[in-house]
Amino acid sequence: MKYTDEFRDPARARQLLDQISRRMASPVLQARLPIRIMEVCGGHTHSIFRYGLEALLPDGLELIHGPGCPVCVLPRERVDDCLAIAAHPDVIITTFGDAMRVPGSRQSLQQMRAEGADIRMVYSPLDALQVARNNPGKRVVFFGLGFETTMPGTALTLQQARAEGLSNFFLLCHHITIVPTLRALLDDEDVCVDAFIGPGHVSMVIGLEPYRFIAEQYRKPFIIAGFEPLDILQSILMLLNQLADGRADVENQYTRVVRPDGNRRAQQAVAEVFELRERFAWRGLGEIERSGVRLRPAYAEFDAEQVFRLPVNPVADPEDCRCGEVLKGQLQPRQCPLFGTACTPSQPLGALMVSSEGACAACYQYQRTDVQ
Amino acid sequence: MCLGVPAEIIAIEDSESQTATVEVSGVRRRVSLACVLAEGAEPELLVGKWVLVHVGFAMSLIDTDEAHRTLALLAELESLAEDDGSTGG
Repeated sequence: MKYTDEFRDPARARQLLDQISRRMASPVLQARLPIRIMEVCGGHTHSIFRYGLEALLPDGLELIHGPGCPVCVLPRERVDDCLAIAAHPDVIITTFGDAMRVPGSRQSLQQMRAEGADIRMVYSPLDALQVARNNPGKRVVFFGLGFETTMPGTALTLQQARAEGLSNFFLLCHHITIVPTLRALLDDEDVCVDAFIGPGHVSMVIGLEPYRFIAEQYRKPFIIAGFEPLDILQSILMLLNQLADGRADVENQYTRVVRPDGNRRAQQAVAEVFELRERFAWRGLGEIERSGVRLRPAYAEFDAEQVFRLPVNPVADPEDCRCGEVLKGQLQPRQCPLFGTACTPSQPLGALMVSSEGACAACYQYQRTDVQ
Repeated sequence: MCLGVPAEIIAIEDSESQTATVEVSGVRRRVSLACVLAEGAEPELLVGKWVLVHVGFAMSLIDTDEAHRTLALLAELESLAEDDGSTGG
């Protein structure tokens, strides 16, 4: 078993789509059309566009592409922070490839690198640590971002740096946490979502319990889902079953990877290194309480926010960008006036066009060749 | 960056630092096992197992039995569809 091909079988996908259509015919569901399902995670958004799943779903079933792409919700002023640090001649900035192309208020990290700044793409925070070991005369800053999936890796890397006594390694921390943002979306009157496809890999770390309130308080079905086409289709069927039966539960479709308690060792590392911020800014969504983490005081010596002087100028999104509305599911990517014209993956204006996990970039990449 | 991939553990690189070599679609890469290794467990026991890898860290041991169970559940849909067909839907 390769754990990928088996979950891409077209014949099985057709059977699932048949079942989904049958389910949609139930009078309970027909009475409340459209059924709007939000996939929280950018990884799901990518799969949905890559496999063209949206076009295969029956009428009356809508997918809303949620806020779970860390690059897409990265505010421009945060990129400016990176650029300000990169301007120091003794600094090497390291970060994930996706973060390199996010536009700041004037330029992106990639553009600044082209002008000669030492900015390097890494696959893992451990690679950034190796850059620090190899360059003792430089200050190496890892720009760490992502949800609970990437947070443990950053935490373990910081623990390693401290154990080795490295004094030239720093973290600019932009790790965020998804659950407060889901609550903010549920409390937003503009957002109409009937059910959620839950983030499989975040859940692999945090487990099922943190989502319980979505089912219990907000009465929305929530299925933790894998990322292959059959995973997603099966999850949609499970959500429709819940809606048709009048149930709202947290269920786990991705049992091969997600344990009910999540990953305890990862949780421990995160808890030892990070603490919650009172509030944190999300691009397109504004400030959300307790939605970001920072380094604990015990790790202050590694904290780039304390070691470097950072600019304090919040930057508004470009006026015509409708990223916030797309993030909330009020607008489809193609309905943005800039989509595919002023804003493209090679020259993104809005962050949703930057990462392959962003709704706009995924839509641009895969739907231009749509045969339908 | 959040796209996790299933990978097979090919060899233990360094037991002390808990690193292993994994293979993803023919590409080999070094990952940390720190998040999937139980306290005091021998890393060698994980060789041949599949893990879900994120940014250089194995984050979950993939449960083969559960994977088969999910596929078996999907296979049941086929017989379900056939049953429906024979009774005219």
